[in-house]
Amino acid sequence: MTSGNTTMTRDTILKVEHLSMRFGGLMAINDLSLEARRGEITALIGPNGAGKTTVFNCITGFYKPTMGMITMNRRNGEQHLLERLSDFEITKKAKVARTFQNIRLFSGLTVLENLLVAQHNKLMKASGYTVMGLLGIGSYKREAEGSIELARQWLEKADLIDRADDPAGDLPYGAQRRLEIARAMCTGPELLCLDEPAAGLNPKESLALNTLLNSIRDETGTSILLIEHDMSVVMEISDHVVVLEYGQKISDGTPDHVKNDPKVIAAYLGVDDDELEEVMHEELDGGSL
Amino acid sequence: MEYFIQQLLNGLTLGSIYGLVAIGYTMVYGIIGMINFAHGDIFMLGGFAALIVFLILTSFIAGIPVALALLIMMVVAMLVTSLWNWTIERVAYRPLRGSFRLAPLITAIGMSIVLSNFIQVTQGPRNKPIPPLVNDVFHFGDVTVSLKQMVIVVVTAVLLTIFWYIVNKTPLGRAQRATEQDRKMAALLGVDVDRTISITFIMGASLAAVAGTMYLMYYGVASFADGFIPGVKAFTAAVLGGIGSLPGAVLGGLLIGLIESLWSAYFSIAYKDVATFAILAFVLIFKPTGILGRPEVEKV
Repeated sequence: MTSGNTTMTRDTILKVEHLSMRFGGLMAINDLSLEARRGEITALIGPNGAGKTTVFNCITGFYKPTMGMITMNRRNGEQHLLERLSDFEITKKAKVARTFQNIRLFSGLTVLENLLVAQHNKLMKASGYTVMGLLGIGSYKREAEGSIELARQWLEKADLIDRADDPAGDLPYGAQRRLEIARAMCTGPELLCLDEPAAGLNPKESLALNTLLNSIRDETGTSILLIEHDMSVVMEISDHVVVLEYGQKISDGTPDHVKNDPKVIAAYLGVDDDELEEVMHEELDGGSL
Repeated sequence: MEYFIQQLLNGLTLGSIYGLVAIGYTMVYGIIGMINFAHGDIFMLGGFAALIVFLILTSFIAGIPVALALLIMMVVAMLVTSLWNWTIERVAYRPLRGSFRLAPLITAIGMSIVLSNFIQVTQGPRNKPIPPLVNDVFHFGDVTVSLKQMVIVVVTAVLLTIFWYIVNKTPLGRAQRATEQDRKMAALLGVDVDRTISITFIMGASLAAVAGTMYLMYYGVASFADGFIPGVKAFTAAVLGGIGSLPGAVLGGLLIGLIESLWSAYFSIAYKDVATFAILAFVLIFKPTGILGRPEVEKV
């Protein structure tokens, strides 16, 4: 499903063009181009070391790419070049949020406070940069109530409402993962980037995650870009899959298309070209990757 | 017994001042993990700013009410120290933020020397006295409480309440606590980390300015060297209470104030600083995390 169309259409929310990232002598990403469409779940897969997390780090401002352009196309028509924004502006202006492979909650803050930090900018403005909030004038009170309300809605969705006032560090692992996603959603993103959200989850938690992600896409219209190793999650929920190997794109399309792409199979199973045909047949018969 | 209570009150007053300064050390340590050694000199600078404002006020407006004069002194001192601390952070600490751990520490010592020498050169090396501002005293039996002691304790209590509220209940405080735990993640959630750190320096400097004004009012002199010994004592207070902990800083300040005044009262006054710093050594050896500090948890 590669399109030769290089102009940005309304449906494209994120467009990565000719992205390269070099660490000393290592070319982690080499001339990568990909697109994520609005309102869809796009999965980024590939063997270990393929450069998936590096792509994420470039999109969310952790790294400055060596070359290339990353364009975020917002719902209101604004376009932002993410490689030129600093990290907090990517959230604030371009409306891109992300989670990490290893959980990075503010473990000393309560669950609710974690979600309120994510709404920092609008609260800060409403409190007149604290001065007016202290004096109790302006719209701070109303805004604060609104923020708590939004946080509560996400806690309901993530099934964490009972734990709202507990320190985030006390939650079990699966709940912390859901809280991270809820927190990212509280920044009001148009694009949500999830780095291995299902890592370390048991099958039941993984199912709850699928439900949460589907409801995010369907109810809020937020587009999702995810890195995932758990194929049951990828094949189940993604609309579009991009496969990386050695920093380059080797396949791009629907889950079914990708699953049957010989290059992908070779990348994952590491077979020689002459064995490829044989393996392909097995895969087609067996079904899953 | 009266003597003991009297010393307790003196210690409490002194401890309030140490506590206010200690908060500046502890907050900066909490948010960026460095000891701002210039903070003691920021406190001294606050005293000098207050002194200059006092001289200007009394020479231009005869018979200005003392309460009003003190308020103006305090506000101007807060502005001056905030500006200094903000500038120091901006030009001397921020460029070194990604550098090795000792770099900002050494720079902080440098900034401390710059500040105290700047004051020494511009204001002269001698102690600058001011006439006593607040003279009223109250007698409760044999215990004497001066009005200035009351002012110090009350102002400290009010400021600490406001401060506690800001840190625990406002979006700013939440951002500070989040930045403290994970700076990068806070930035990704839209918190302007650089600004949050700047505000932390400004808040610490404001409290130090209030402490400086109180110190000037209490002792009636200001000296360029005031940043050092009281500054290091406030730092000791922060370590004793548990560096990084706000209630710890206040508790540590009060304890140091009490130890100092009780030691001077019952033992040798000449050795009061020895007593204070011996405590610093003991705390560092036996309980490095301080009274209320949390043990450093290794991040996974």
